[in-house]
Amino acid sequence: MANVLVFAEVRGGELRKVALEAVTAARQLADLSGGGSVHAVLAGAPGIGAKAEALAQHGADSVLVLEHPGFAQYNPEALAATLAQRLGSGNYGFGVFSATAQGRDLSPRVAAKLGVGLAPDLTGFAVEGGQVVGQHFNMNGKTIATLALSGSPALLSVRPSALQPVVAARPLVTEAITSATDPSASRVKVVELKQGNTGKIDLNDAPVIVAGGRGLKAAENFKLCEDLADAFGNAAVGATRAVTDEGWRPHSDQIGQTGRNVSPNLYIAVGISGAIQHLAGMRTSKTIVAINKDKDAPIFKIADYGIVGDVFDVVPALTAAVKAARAQG
Amino acid sequence: MKIAVCIKRVPVMETKFAIAADGTRVDDAGLKYDVNDFDLWAIEAGLQLKEKNNNVGEVVAISLGPDAAQEQIRKALAMGADRGILLQAGSTPADGLAVARALAAELKDGGYDLILFGRIAIDSMNQMTGPMVAELLDLPCVTNVFRLDITGTTGRAERALEGASEVVEFPLPALLTIDDGLNKERLPSLKGIMAAKKKPLEVKPAQLGEARVAVQKMVLPPERAAGRILGDSAAAVPELVKLLQTEAKVL
Ligand SMILES: Cc1cc2nc3c(=O)[nH]c(=O)nc-3n(C[C@H](O)[C@H](O)[C@H](O)COP(=O)(O)OP(=O)(O)OC[C@H]3O[C@@H](n4cnc5c(N)ncnc54)[C@H](O)[C@@H]3O)c2cc1C
Repeated sequence: MANVLVFAEVRGGELRKVALEAVTAARQLADLSGGGSVHAVLAGAPGIGAKAEALAQHGADSVLVLEHPGFAQYNPEALAATLAQRLGSGNYGFGVFSATAQGRDLSPRVAAKLGVGLAPDLTGFAVEGGQVVGQHFNMNGKTIATLALSGSPALLSVRPSALQPVVAARPLVTEAITSATDPSASRVKVVELKQGNTGKIDLNDAPVIVAGGRGLKAAENFKLCEDLADAFGNAAVGATRAVTDEGWRPHSDQIGQTGRNVSPNLYIAVGISGAIQHLAGMRTSKTIVAINKDKDAPIFKIADYGIVGDVFDVVPALTAAVKAARAQG
Repeated sequence: MKIAVCIKRVPVMETKFAIAADGTRVDDAGLKYDVNDFDLWAIEAGLQLKEKNNNVGEVVAISLGPDAAQEQIRKALAMGADRGILLQAGSTPADGLAVARALAAELKDGGYDLILFGRIAIDSMNQMTGPMVAELLDLPCVTNVFRLDITGTTGRAERALEGASEVVEFPLPALLTIDDGLNKERLPSLKGIMAAKKKPLEVKPAQLGEARVAVQKMVLPPERAAGRILGDSAAAVPELVKLLQTEAKVL
């Protein structure tokens, strides 16, 4: 039996979907190791405690609420100190993070403070003899390693969308906690959060991604992808590096080896050649659709469905058809 | 300004990988190696900062890896780094903390104003060594940097999040991990390659500690089967929508 501490990620005062995935993973770990309890850390500006309910709904036995104006933005130094203090108390067998920019910044700091093992970016895991073994992509997504962690507490981070949030309701129990260090004294200060694509769903949360490549020819033609994403209602727009290099889309939209790794249910590649570095970031998508006028484009080698055609012809037709299908559905 | 750049020798990824007989690593027969992409951008960042500082200071390329990683350090020197250090290790442990400890031991008394890493090593895909070193050395740390401005002893950086970014301020000395988008690395010139041969490259054993993470098994992911071409114009759209509804069940 092992208790689990899980970090619930917040951005701009909102709980992220990855937080529910992380709590789901923590619940599974606690159950797999013989039924420990799950404690979720929820940090933010005063008032953040109001977001605790969703964490209890997904299996947190208690929510440790850390409220301070110094946590209005991500505060890595004070968070790392606080999480290390909790995890080092002897109460916990495991610490769980999301494998996001925030989680992958924070978890190594905590591991180094405690001198414990960290298994990063797991796409699946099991508990064997009280130890975590988990699957982790390496070689740029071309191999999958099974990592075994020894020692306690063992830390791990879970790849976004690798598991879906599962409802496992617990009564809402909250406990106010304080920061291990003065949050205002941290040396690293986030002075501004720039939310990309305001109001649009994040690439790692989106079940559908419409990604555009250089085949779209100009920044303004990304309207075609935006419209198709809107037709789905639950889609985000991504891009290739050729596109972010041109400045047509922000750097944070880039999918691939040096960009984001995504695994949506549906990935629509619009005017994308399918360079190996692009495939590295999206080949784990469940269903892939490619629209490209070159029948020999490598993207067709991994697409489930392809249309060899001009994006300016095919995409508007697809947008209209998706709208019609959804209106009926 | 004294800058350390930590670089890793990694296989060239445009390769068909096979799993070694022991089932826990890739077979290295026939593999080619290069500097991890993100580390190249970190080297470039270091060189540009030194140039902006009227070339006062030093850029030191440090690698932990096999003896052959001298080749990657020479590449950094050919790009313009001043000297290199190889922390020799037969193989790199899977545990990022073991690596971080060895690097931190080397960096500790180096008097560096900035320590740069790439955001991620694309072989292990651990993305943890930089922040661990920062923690071990008690340095301010900013990860995923794609914009950077250093004025005196204050830094301002923008770091990439999922679909967003954060503007961050920090004091020097500090440790940063560099993301794609900050710059394009320069190619070594012939003159640079000649000069690199004469630059100092110190080789010493890495002080690797205990590892808490081990690779139990390694496999290749299942191949994706090529799918169906449904047509050559918008006329194929109804068929696609039908398949998305009935077969893929995503609509
Ligand atoms: C170190 C390194 C890292 C990299 N990392 C990444 C990464 O993370 N992500 C990434 O995406 N790339 C990455 N790349 C770049 C990658 O190699 C490719 O250059 C890039 O993915 C190509 O983008 P693209 O498909 O948009 O453009 P192109 O390769 O130019 O392809 C455009 C495609 O559009 C098609 N097309 C053109 N017009 C039309 C039309 N009217 N209708 C239909 N189709 C049309 C063409 O047939 C072509 O196939 C990296 C490269 C390097 C060297």
